[in-house]
Amino acid sequence: MASEHIRNFSIIAHIDHGKSTLADRLIQQVGLVSARDFREQLLDTMEIERERGITIKSQTVNLPYRTADGHLLELNLIDTPGHVDFSYEVSRALACCEGVLLVIDASQGVQAQTLACLYRAMEHDLAIIPVINKIDLPTANIERTKEQIEQELALESGRALLCSAKETIGINEIFQAIIQRIPPPSGSPDKPLTALIFDAQHDPFRGVIVSVRVFDGEVRAGDEIMLMSTGKVHLVEEVGIFRLKRESRPVLSSGSVGYIIAGLKEVSETRIGDTITQAHQPAPVPLPGFREMKPVVFCSLYPVSSEDYPALADALAKYVLNDAAFVYQKESSAALGQGFRCGFLGLLHLEVVQERLQREYNQSIILTVPSVRYRFLLQDGSSVLVDNPSHYPDPAKIKQVEEPYVRLTVFTPERYLGAVIKLCLERRAVELKHNFLRPGQREIFCQLPLAEVIFDFHDRLKSITQGYGSFDYELSDSRLAEVVKLDVLVNGERVDALSIIVHRQNAYRRAVKICEKLKQEIPRHQFPVVIQAAIGSRVIARSHIPAFRKDVTAKCYGGDVTRKRKLLEKQKEGKKKMKMVGSVMIPQKAFVAAMKIEE
Amino acid sequence: MNRKTAGLYIHVPFCRRKCPYCDFFSIPELTLLPAWLQAVCREAKYYQGKFKCFNTVYFGGGTPSLLSPSNLDFLLENLRRIFLITPEAEITLEMNPEDVSREKLRKLQGLGINRISLGLQSLDDEALTFLGRRHTAFQAEKALGQALEAGFSSVSVDLIYGLPGQKKQRWEKVLSRVAASRPHHVSCYLLTIKEGTFFARKILNGQPPLFWEKVQRDLFLFTSRWWKNQGYLHYEVSNFAVSSKHRCAHNLKYWQRQPYLGLGPSAHSFSQNKRWWNVSSVKEYCRLVSSGFHPVAERERLEPAQEKLETLFLGLRTADGVSLALFSNLPEDKKTLLEKQGLVKTRDDRLFCTEQGFLFTDALPLWLTGDFPLKVVAKGR
Ligand SMILES: Nc1nc2c(ncn2[C@@H]2O[C@H](COP(=O)(O)OP(=O)(O)OP(=O)(O)O)[C@@H](O)[C@H]2O)c(=O)[nH]1
Ligand code: SF4
Ligand SMILES: [Mg+2]
Repeated sequence: MASEHIRNFSIIAHIDHGKSTLADRLIQQVGLVSARDFREQLLDTMEIERERGITIKSQTVNLPYRTADGHLLELNLIDTPGHVDFSYEVSRALACCEGVLLVIDASQGVQAQTLACLYRAMEHDLAIIPVINKIDLPTANIERTKEQIEQELALESGRALLCSAKETIGINEIFQAIIQRIPPPSGSPDKPLTALIFDAQHDPFRGVIVSVRVFDGEVRAGDEIMLMSTGKVHLVEEVGIFRLKRESRPVLSSGSVGYIIAGLKEVSETRIGDTITQAHQPAPVPLPGFREMKPVVFCSLYPVSSEDYPALADALAKYVLNDAAFVYQKESSAALGQGFRCGFLGLLHLEVVQERLQREYNQSIILTVPSVRYRFLLQDGSSVLVDNPSHYPDPAKIKQVEEPYVRLTVFTPERYLGAVIKLCLERRAVELKHNFLRPGQREIFCQLPLAEVIFDFHDRLKSITQGYGSFDYELSDSRLAEVVKLDVLVNGERVDALSIIVHRQNAYRRAVKICEKLKQEIPRHQFPVVIQAAIGSRVIARSHIPAFRKDVTAKCYGGDVTRKRKLLEKQKEGKKKMKMVGSVMIPQKAFVAAMKIEE
Repeated sequence: MNRKTAGLYIHVPFCRRKCPYCDFFSIPELTLLPAWLQAVCREAKYYQGKFKCFNTVYFGGGTPSLLSPSNLDFLLENLRRIFLITPEAEITLEMNPEDVSREKLRKLQGLGINRISLGLQSLDDEALTFLGRRHTAFQAEKALGQALEAGFSSVSVDLIYGLPGQKKQRWEKVLSRVAASRPHHVSCYLLTIKEGTFFARKILNGQPPLFWEKVQRDLFLFTSRWWKNQGYLHYEVSNFAVSSKHRCAHNLKYWQRQPYLGLGPSAHSFSQNKRWWNVSSVKEYCRLVSSGFHPVAERERLEPAQEKLETLFLGLRTADGVSLALFSNLPEDKKTLLEKQGLVKTRDDRLFCTEQGFLFTDALPLWLTGDFPLKVVAKGR
């Protein structure tokens, strides 16, 4: 299709403002889905997205739209996630577009992520169409939302569209605006091919399937393409577009968004952000690609049973294709054997990775307690970055420690101001200020250690503001921190995977909790089990699991044999899911429980 | 046909009322008794010719003493016609004390029943009330006296102990009074809170407290020594007999993996490497049998590894223990460790539990096979 008949746009917004619901309406309007096959938030296809009611991955869908005067247009819609932890998904989507629908919930107004994603869209120089959604709600305040659009977003509120994605109000106007206000893509089909890989997924039959935005040139089945970062050449098997399912096409030409299958069996060859070009006529320079995301939360990941390590390695290689924000490298632990150290954009991201690996890749994994990255200045003047408790330097050599801080912005209704400030101060906030934002609404700024934000700050804020508070943060600087390494010993043996780096002030509380949790999760043994939490050689908390005093079934007659045998078999099986530390069996869920200690 | 001598079990699924600790299958609907009688005889016919002979018959329940002598006569007559029941077979009837009378006992003897298992549960009125039993200590003692007088080859007594708050002295009193009449056989069961029972729901609210485990442990060891002092053999975790010939031949089949056929709802059977069990519903059982179907709920065929595991955990429950040949590679250090700890002993190529070891018969199989870790523990804990 000629590029003047193409429009590429993303739907961006604060979490829950209705992006996916609006996408549903646009999809239905062009008749891509039958009433029978429709379900709400159609593009949220992952189980975990549906369970949590949030979008985690961006999804592209090509909408065939016929204008009143009979022209057929192709509109590539990219629905994006709203949660901060998935902002990389948004950035990559924006690189494929010429415009955005900036959705604002009329009952909530402008929120922290509304601003954050507006700035991102502006960085990409995109056409911005503000859409005021949920106007059907009795609490909708259109006038006030318009004021905020003028004052806080500095956009013309007269150009904002009114809509209710739920009640299908204002959808036609949105289509009109997309066509009229978003420019068609500017590339040329005659130039050498440049196609940006913005996503990928692994298919057991077809190998790697890459999602691309073609900027210049054309690509079709049978072409020989080259990955510009490696120079590797591949034969294109199929190209096509996303219509809820993959739909093959003879050609993808400049301006299009679609997919390429090119016999990429080696998962590791594919890199998100790479440029694809024609092998016989390569483009002179690759596209800029994406800014690398810096992970901020780290933890280790181990297979529950060591023999599954190769399977886990394979699963990770495939998984990372579909989650470009995830990074990992090999490591090994005395307690858990071979595993991986991994980096995430936040705690929700971490949870999602864990769940997707379990569900989509059928991996049984153990995660260690997450950590941020600290900078240790040593006596000899050198410095090291440490995000892994097992690399904690010799305390005698440490001169000082710095931890990452974030600039935190919280939006909250005025009535929760006190509670929010209290929460921030508990989390070691400094330089706290607050602003009157608009009647009834406050904005709080502060500097906070990242370590305090990544653990359940989101949940706590939501709970104290009854869901009305929102926040955004960006890394600011590093500041001095008083941290210690807390070790966990089980019958005198250190379980390296359970060590954590904590602020001195929180060490005792964490130590007590960890000992309690482990006491609940570790089964009783033939011998007593002592759990200790220690800083260096100083034990600051302990708990004790008494040995069995008896373990016998009083009655065992004809009818009990099968039941008893099955129980033993189950215990034997269960043993395989336990990690041995010395002679103590520690179940997987003990590691999980230790990680969730903050809740 | 199974060529080994087998045991025959008949499950009588009726009780006057459900006891709060009991998870056996039984219902209070006596109106179903006639249909059940017919069904059992019909079910027995399905197995005609499948077992060479039976040298034990056991009427268990439920409350088998709810059956009248003529009910039992009818059953036994049918069973004898269908199967070969050896002349010297041990034929046991479980009885609740409130159902015992001299006259009834005499009639039972006339039917060839030669072993009575009396559900005394206790001789302490407080304990009996706690256990929700319908008889008093006085009735219980009287029933025991009568059963012994009647001259059965063996009279057994069932007792439950280790009740919450039960003191050793109180329990010892019960033991002394029972021992005074010198029954041939005694079963002493530590009270277990079983899932789905009234006790599990009401009394302990799930998990019994830890100290209870220690109390029960002490009582168990005390009980074992007490009966040994009285000259009884502690031949299985919960069973004692005055001599080895008074051990319950029928129950031994369960632990020694001898074949047995169970008739009636929820009854379990075992032959060669197969186990199967009947539906746990009297109505469903009768319906299936009367329409010519097997009332079997489930069947399983055991793999060699499963047979081995069974041999191990069942054998360890008995004083005879298991053959050392069962362990192809029993780590010597494991054995020594358990021996040092006083849990097992070995003699003549057999490994068996001490009285301490009996307390761990659920865990020992996994300790011995190396599935669960073991360590030297200082004594006296
Ligand atoms: N009343 C009303 N509710 C709406 C409207 N649009 C969306 N919602 C509801 O708002 C909630 C969030 O909608 P989503 O479409 O999942 O929001 P989202 O922006 O995609 O959320 P994330 O992807 O998690 O950022 C759902 O319960 C929707 O039913 C609307 O126009 N009116
Ligand atoms: S303990 Fe005996 S009498 Fe009581 S309900 Fe159970 S089977 Fe029936
Ligand atoms: Mg969404």
